[in-house]
Amino acid sequence: MAKHKNILPGFNLSLGYTIFYLSLIVLIPLSAAFIKTTELSLHEFWAVVTAPRVLASYKLTFGASLIAALINGVFGLLTAWVLVRYQFTGKKIIDALVDLPFALPTAVAGIALTAVYSSNGWIGAWLEPHGIKVAFTPLGVVIALTFIGLPFVVRTVQPVLEDLEAETEEAAASLGANRWQTFYKIILPAIWPALLTGFALSFARAIGEYGSVIFIAGNMPMVSEITPLIIITKLEQYDYAGATAVAVVMLVISFLLLFAINGLQWWFSRRTNAVS
Amino acid sequence: MSIKTPTQYSSYHTKVARSRAISEPVWVRWLLVALMLAFLTLFLIVPLVAVFTEALRKGFDTYITALIDPDALSSIKLTLIAAAIAVPLNLVFGVAAAWAIAKFEFRGKSILITLIDLPFAVSPVIAGLIYVLIFGLQGWVGSLLIDNDIKVIFAIPGIVLATVFVTFPFVARELIPLMQAQGKDEEEAGLVLGASGWQILWRITLPNVKWGLLYGVILTNARAMGEFGAVSVVSGHIRGMTNTVPLHVEILYNEYNYAAAFAVASLLAILALVTLVLKSLVEWQSARIAGEQEQALS
Amino acid sequence: MSIEVRNVRKNFGSFSALNDVSLDVPSGELVALLGPSGCGKTTLLRIIAGLETADSGSILFHGDDATSRQVREREVGFVFQHYALFRHMTVFENVAFGLRVRPKETRPSDAEIKRRVHELLELVQLDWLADRYPPQLSGGQRQRIALARALAVEPKVLLLDEPFGALDAKVRKELRRWLRRLHDELHITSIFVTHDQEEALEVADRVVVINKGKIEQVGSPQDVYDHPVSPFVYQFLGNVNQFKSNVHEGEAKIGDIELKLNAHHSTQNTPALAFVRPHDIEINKERRANQPGFEAVVTYIHAIGPLVRLELQRTDQTELIEAELTQERFRELSLTQGENVFIYPRNVRVFLNN
Repeated sequence: MAKHKNILPGFNLSLGYTIFYLSLIVLIPLSAAFIKTTELSLHEFWAVVTAPRVLASYKLTFGASLIAALINGVFGLLTAWVLVRYQFTGKKIIDALVDLPFALPTAVAGIALTAVYSSNGWIGAWLEPHGIKVAFTPLGVVIALTFIGLPFVVRTVQPVLEDLEAETEEAAASLGANRWQTFYKIILPAIWPALLTGFALSFARAIGEYGSVIFIAGNMPMVSEITPLIIITKLEQYDYAGATAVAVVMLVISFLLLFAINGLQWWFSRRTNAVS
Repeated sequence: MSIKTPTQYSSYHTKVARSRAISEPVWVRWLLVALMLAFLTLFLIVPLVAVFTEALRKGFDTYITALIDPDALSSIKLTLIAAAIAVPLNLVFGVAAAWAIAKFEFRGKSILITLIDLPFAVSPVIAGLIYVLIFGLQGWVGSLLIDNDIKVIFAIPGIVLATVFVTFPFVARELIPLMQAQGKDEEEAGLVLGASGWQILWRITLPNVKWGLLYGVILTNARAMGEFGAVSVVSGHIRGMTNTVPLHVEILYNEYNYAAAFAVASLLAILALVTLVLKSLVEWQSARIAGEQEQALS
Repeated sequence: MSIEVRNVRKNFGSFSALNDVSLDVPSGELVALLGPSGCGKTTLLRIIAGLETADSGSILFHGDDATSRQVREREVGFVFQHYALFRHMTVFENVAFGLRVRPKETRPSDAEIKRRVHELLELVQLDWLADRYPPQLSGGQRQRIALARALAVEPKVLLLDEPFGALDAKVRKELRRWLRRLHDELHITSIFVTHDQEEALEVADRVVVINKGKIEQVGSPQDVYDHPVSPFVYQFLGNVNQFKSNVHEGEAKIGDIELKLNAHHSTQNTPALAFVRPHDIEINKERRANQPGFEAVVTYIHAIGPLVRLELQRTDQTELIEAELTQERFRELSLTQGENVFIYPRNVRVFLNN
């Protein structure tokens, strides 16, 4: 088959520029990380990426990201549901506000969350007497990661909920299903791929997050130090190889997640296309 | 890893009243709305309000002083420069990528789309790191740069590069699905009528995707001005020299100068709010156009 | 301007869209490319326009090889199936587009553009819509604007891809008569693609029937309807009855009927199919002594309109037969459902199975 079977102009120019710019900005710099790690022997590499302090940071980063993504899964679905199904004053404002974590610089989010959840903050002061400390603990990390991942689930589930046909639910009702059964057996399976995609996006975003976390985390080694911070610390000590080794571990995990998400979206679009 | 575009989703199409059989009891509805509002208040509204109250805690004069501080002003200047370079670069890239991907068939297209998404999957810290590995003192071209007295890392070029990287996919991600959905009939019609490639791009394609384009630019700009992690790695935090606004916030905060930190942060918060308003306007506008076209067709 | 298509081939992957197609379109004719969807007719039209490139073969405009000529240089007007109007431009700007994108030296002045656009809008009788946007127009209006836009660049050839495909039945009929009148006025060489045989037969000077990437037949509407050269053309142009038949030494047998053929004299005992149009089925209440026919039962009568449609079943076979009679003849016969009658086919065409 011909390389391109239509006669619109500009294919070589646009594709050429796309690949050139992509290579220059993304691919070549990223490959630098992988090449840099070859300076380490396998043994050294393994020693760096499995040092106790690094292992503790993985545990925190992945654990907190997972919890945050789960929270967002539940409350994101709830938010999408309410925004699509119910009418109330101020709905448009709320809808717009959901994207705040995309728009608000992470450093601002970080210091704001710290101010609110520290022991003399509006919410922190109220939680502390109950023995709940948020700021400068792993719980603070979860809060920050929940904040930055919040829009993903809402924005992936919302359009799918909107496209659901009322008729299928009416059919379920006419066949004797109650509201909960209809939700559980009809609605949830339909939005499941979207929910999963939103969850994965939120999780992936949380793993790499830095700005909003470092202010609220307290950054105590072994306790509340996230993996991106480990990279920064090693960099500040001019341990480039060490920083890169940890970065490569994160990159590989992120790429795997990216492929998983693309796979999910592909599965998702195939499903919806097959229906229509 | 994309956010839905205005064409892919709009929460504003007219809704048919739902029949009673498929709506929840009133108390359930109230409960769900209340739960959602509580969640969003706790996570979004309270922190947002906190930025402004903390900023004004020491009074309006302190607030203004923090903003007109020379270091603050120079950080604003640097942030504007970084955005002014990153946004057009990624805009041109986005249009080129969308043109190739949406209007032509070629092998490896889906791989290309995935690669364009890569920067979304990379931690900002790593985005900064990779440029240090290339342009830093011990980097690939480090000695070359020193010999020619060019500074990239701990200087403005590095900040621009890191900003370009983290905002790389936004415009392309908006335009690709939009231009795919519009097909190439109109472009072919332009061609038959004698238009050149550039004339087709300027007179047909770009006007057709202008709202998606604007949406992408708004997102790119917001991220470019607010980027912290990547820029932090390459900037070196030299006050008055290589500090962007978010980095300046961090420095003030770490010096326990909270009022000033929040004052400068409030600028970024205002930028975020303006972004949200613009974004909503664009969404409503494109939903309105889509609605009109739908109506005209029926 | 005349158009010649020479041995054009086009494959999409392993799918052969056009398989060695050659065609001559004389200057000033209105030609229909007729065929089922996926037969390659649109691909052929797009290759003539230069929107698609052929794998091999050539296109000649007025005797000159135009195969390698760019779309922009071919001076063709193309009307797209879904019109492809520029949504963000007014009707006026849509029509003016082809003039405005010309290089400075050949671009008409603004006043001249204005004059020409209004002239064209008057020609398509839509001058009053000049300031509207395409989404605000009805399908028929969009169609005519698309045509005006194509004509604005004074093309030597007009190509139309399913020009009436997206319209409802009534508008479609009006518009195709209008297109015929417009062509008679302008005399520009035109080719249109359609899958609707009625449309092709009514509008075109000549009809090109295409199937599976090959041209089956080229001829006047009368010609292709009355003298189809293949079973495909027979079936595609209007309703037709098929009878199983057997050909032996220049003679075809269909049941008791024996037909002398002007061909197949050396054919030995070969199965064949015989085709008869419903209006060529003669019905009689009594058996004719000297003419063999079929005995059949009237199973269904549809008597609305000027023609009466009958469905009959042969008594010796399960084959269903469709027949058309005038109302007069129907009244004369006073047929009722379930009645036994005798059928005498006229104008039978026999094609050997292969």
